Amino acid sequence: MPTVSVARELLHTMLGRVYTQEEFDELCFVIGIELDDVTTEKAIIRKEKHLQENEADEDEEVIYKIEVPANRYDLLCPEGICRQLRIFLRVEKMPTYRLSRLPDSSILKMIVKPETAVIRPFVVCAILRGITFDQARYASFIDLQDRLHQNICRKRTLVAIGTHDLDTLQGPFTYEALPPSEIKFIPLKQAQEFTAKELMEFYKSDLKLKKFLHIIEDSPVFPVIYDSNRTVLSLPPIINGAHSAISLNTKNVLIECTATDLTKAKIVLNTMVAMFSGYCDEKFEVEPVDVVDPVGRVTRYPDLSLRTMDVDLSYIKKSVGVPLQAGEIVDLLSKMQLTSKEIDGDKIQVSIPPTRSDILHPCDVMEDVAVAYGFNNIPKTRPKTSTEGRQQPLNEFSDLLRLELAMAGFSEVLNWVLVSKKENFTLLNRKDDDKIAAIVSNPRSSDFEVLRTSLLPGILKVMEHSKDVPRPVKVFEISDVVLLDPSKDVGAANSRHLAALYCSTTSGFEIIHGLLDRIMNVLNVPVDGYTVGPSNEPELFKGRQAKIFYKGSCVGSFGIIHPQVLKNFDIPDPCSYIEMEIERFL
Amino acid sequence: MRDADGAERALLAFLESNAEISNSEAFARDLGVDHELLAGTIKSLHGFGFIEAKDVRRESWELTEEGLVYSRNGSPEVQVFDAVPAGGISREDLQRKLDDSVFSIGFRKAMSNKWLETKPLVSRKVLKVEDVVKQQLLDIKDGKNLSAADIDALKKRKLIVPKVWKAYSITKGANYAPTRTKAATEVTREMLLKETWSEVAFKPYNFQALGQPTEGGHLHPLLKVRTKFRQIFLEMGFEEMPTNNFVESSFWNFDALFQPQQHPARDSHDTFFLKSPCKTQTFPEDYLERVKTIHEQGGFGSIGYMYDWKREEAEKNVLRTHTTAVSSRMLYKLAQDGFVPKRYFSIDRVFRNEAVDRTHLAEFHQIEGLICDKGLTLGDLIGVLNDFFSRLGMKKLRFKPAYNPYTEPSMEIFSYHEQLNKWVEVGNSGMFRPEMLLPMGLPDDVSVIAWGLSLERPTMILYGIDNIRDLFGHKVDLKLIKSNPICRLGM
Repeated sequence: MPTVSVARELLHTMLGRVYTQEEFDELCFVIGIELDDVTTEKAIIRKEKHLQENEADEDEEVIYKIEVPANRYDLLCPEGICRQLRIFLRVEKMPTYRLSRLPDSSILKMIVKPETAVIRPFVVCAILRGITFDQARYASFIDLQDRLHQNICRKRTLVAIGTHDLDTLQGPFTYEALPPSEIKFIPLKQAQEFTAKELMEFYKSDLKLKKFLHIIEDSPVFPVIYDSNRTVLSLPPIINGAHSAISLNTKNVLIECTATDLTKAKIVLNTMVAMFSGYCDEKFEVEPVDVVDPVGRVTRYPDLSLRTMDVDLSYIKKSVGVPLQAGEIVDLLSKMQLTSKEIDGDKIQVSIPPTRSDILHPCDVMEDVAVAYGFNNIPKTRPKTSTEGRQQPLNEFSDLLRLELAMAGFSEVLNWVLVSKKENFTLLNRKDDDKIAAIVSNPRSSDFEVLRTSLLPGILKVMEHSKDVPRPVKVFEISDVVLLDPSKDVGAANSRHLAALYCSTTSGFEIIHGLLDRIMNVLNVPVDGYTVGPSNEPELFKGRQAKIFYKGSCVGSFGIIHPQVLKNFDIPDPCSYIEMEIERFL
Repeated sequence: MRDADGAERALLAFLESNAEISNSEAFARDLGVDHELLAGTIKSLHGFGFIEAKDVRRESWELTEEGLVYSRNGSPEVQVFDAVPAGGISREDLQRKLDDSVFSIGFRKAMSNKWLETKPLVSRKVLKVEDVVKQQLLDIKDGKNLSAADIDALKKRKLIVPKVWKAYSITKGANYAPTRTKAATEVTREMLLKETWSEVAFKPYNFQALGQPTEGGHLHPLLKVRTKFRQIFLEMGFEEMPTNNFVESSFWNFDALFQPQQHPARDSHDTFFLKSPCKTQTFPEDYLERVKTIHEQGGFGSIGYMYDWKREEAEKNVLRTHTTAVSSRMLYKLAQDGFVPKRYFSIDRVFRNEAVDRTHLAEFHQIEGLICDKGLTLGDLIGVLNDFFSRLGMKKLRFKPAYNPYTEPSMEIFSYHEQLNKWVEVGNSGMFRPEMLLPMGLPDDVSVIAWGLSLERPTMILYGIDNIRDLFGHKVDLKLIKSNPICRLGM
């Protein structure tokens, strides 16, 4: 979940009263955000610089770090959090975001060239006229872009935001895609001109920007935005031009969002303008931009219109489990930034503002009613239908066998399914023939390369870590291994195995053999119902190993662990081992 | 020389007429028995209260291997001196006459003592030397005292080492008697047969010591807690889902749950993808089409996510990130077989490609419960959660709004922890979204309430384990498995 830093003073000013930390914590809990940490600006800097905590000043401004839900993009800045809290506490009414009324001819244009289709086909824009920044607002404006980039924009792959001082530019603008060597401009924070090709090289050593290069790197053309004087606004999704950089004194801001996903671009643009149009001379007013697509179609952005959704009152009441009146529901929704009215047919019509892109279905409206009502005020009830409890036969069977193994003097271990290829094959004297094991494509380390095909590697690792345990050691595990299985839709299947190991100063082959007899006994397989025959498993010692046959097919094997395998796992004492499939006996 | 019995008799007899034996070592020497042997007798007599023995410690010096050789052959410096003829000798010849170690130590020492000079033949600088070191070593062997400076010099040359002598001073004990009869420790078959049990004196039993450890096997602590959770679900009428399929397609793990394809959970640094088998080939095609539609365009009252849904993404195989993948298969099957109310549960492994630390592993166990029925409410969910958690001893719950792509509403479950004196998150819950249930073909008045938690976390709290690797995996201490208590959650 994303975290947003908000100054405590600002919160108290905005909420109109002072909250103790406990009170504020409680308020957060009720609406589903979380006070994650309490710190100060200087403490954050000290932490970054690894300085001592005791250098703190008494009068440092306290910062609340607040965790917000991943689908509420409108809560990614202090402005949005304060607005939601104020509306929830009924200090403020829901604002109406609107477009400024301009004749079509004076609306700025963004003309999209067809070449952009191959790399980043969409762009949406808006203008904030007459905005007043101060230090805090400016910082928040930058932070919000970072957080949007990090979250909904999926690290700029889906959407990238560029903001510009409109007064340095001359419309109309063009959104183009050109070969990198033909794009030349001075990028933000640099003094000299680079071609786009040179920039890609230059930013390879830039800690922040290098992780975005892959998005366009391999394309023959790069996306680029020009004004009518061929000034480069930005090279999305990498960097803006230095020419149109915004500052504390910027009055008119052009926001452009380029994207591979138009829906998300619209959400990002709406979030930006909804949060910062509050600082414009005309509060909550946004100047639109006409985007002209390659076939000449014109779309006006941002789209600040309210979406409407009709929701059955009975659906809300039945789902929440509280007999609410229509008026109560309308009132509760207003605390969650949703305006609604009762309409015919036992319904309400909900108006969804551009900031609430998370509302997809009436269930989202129903949730907001429940949150505003208070989850903890909903009376407890019990589902009426009674049902029968039932275990999975395989699990019930496994549990019974686990008890038998423990009663036979063996202690249970529980190992990971993920092991390294080396542990599953090489160290067991086995070769990977690509025919039995499921392989992970993106393990974080070699420890998680492959799904075990037997329980042996885990048990041997236990023994490797149990050198100091007094001998004899007797351990067992009943768990799943995974084997490739073309007959399954996913191409692999679990198989439940039973494994047991005896380790002492002597190998104790007869003890493991005795355990096999005991297992067969409790499985109600008579002595002549199973046979053991010679085998040649590479992880077991030659001449001291056997396969187990039941109803004509092999169900497992047992024997003394091969001395080379013991050495591979650094186990100093001889071990005997049995492993068998158990689903056959179910 | 006497044996142990003889020594015991002599010791007790001596105390009959004497108040004290001040030093057991001297006493042993006088008796002509080995002190070790006498010490055994003393301990035994002390244990039965016949005598009162106190430790006497004495430090003395003992020759090392090297010191012993010098005490016989003379110190190496004197050996070197003696080997130098009056007319002098070349260094090489001198070295040839002597042992390597004798030469290297002795030559250096003789030179620093200014007994010899090299010009360049090695020749004597003094006429005669005395072997002081040898004499000192012999003195120590005889138990004579040396000055601190001499001791120090010998210690530095590693010719002597300290030796601690442990002996006892002995007086009469509370149960003193001039002779003792041996006490018995066990009731034997022989005593019963010969009926001698009533005449035998029994050694008092040491109730402070632990008894003998039991033999037998042990169940794993994590699975003991799993058993408890299974019992709770079964008592509450839940049916277990078949979860023995760790490899799952992205379709059932994510898409069927209305989790969009760009969702961060589907990133490679959260989820294990498979190289082999890399993808799933077969799906229920009509259902897959409905899932695609709900993601792209919405439906059933939803506007959907409005993006291009790709089959290739859904085909990618993963290690399931939650058992809810199985729930989605079960609910789909329930819709095909014809809806009846169900309560399902499972406890099994899930996999996350996250950094491993004290509280996170790449695999862990998820506990999941769900109820599928017509007319379920949030109040029902809250009620069921209270029933479930109170059986674990968590009687005070509250709920926080949360976000989860496939549940709406979503509630985090907090329980009041009496010892910590605060609210602790214990699980997640919610109602499955209609966008998940309706494309499956479930009737539109059916809802599903569900919750989940990990098995490891409550187990770690229960057994006071702060590193998850001590609980799950090969680094577990077998002693922990043998010594953990029964699971009495909620009892």
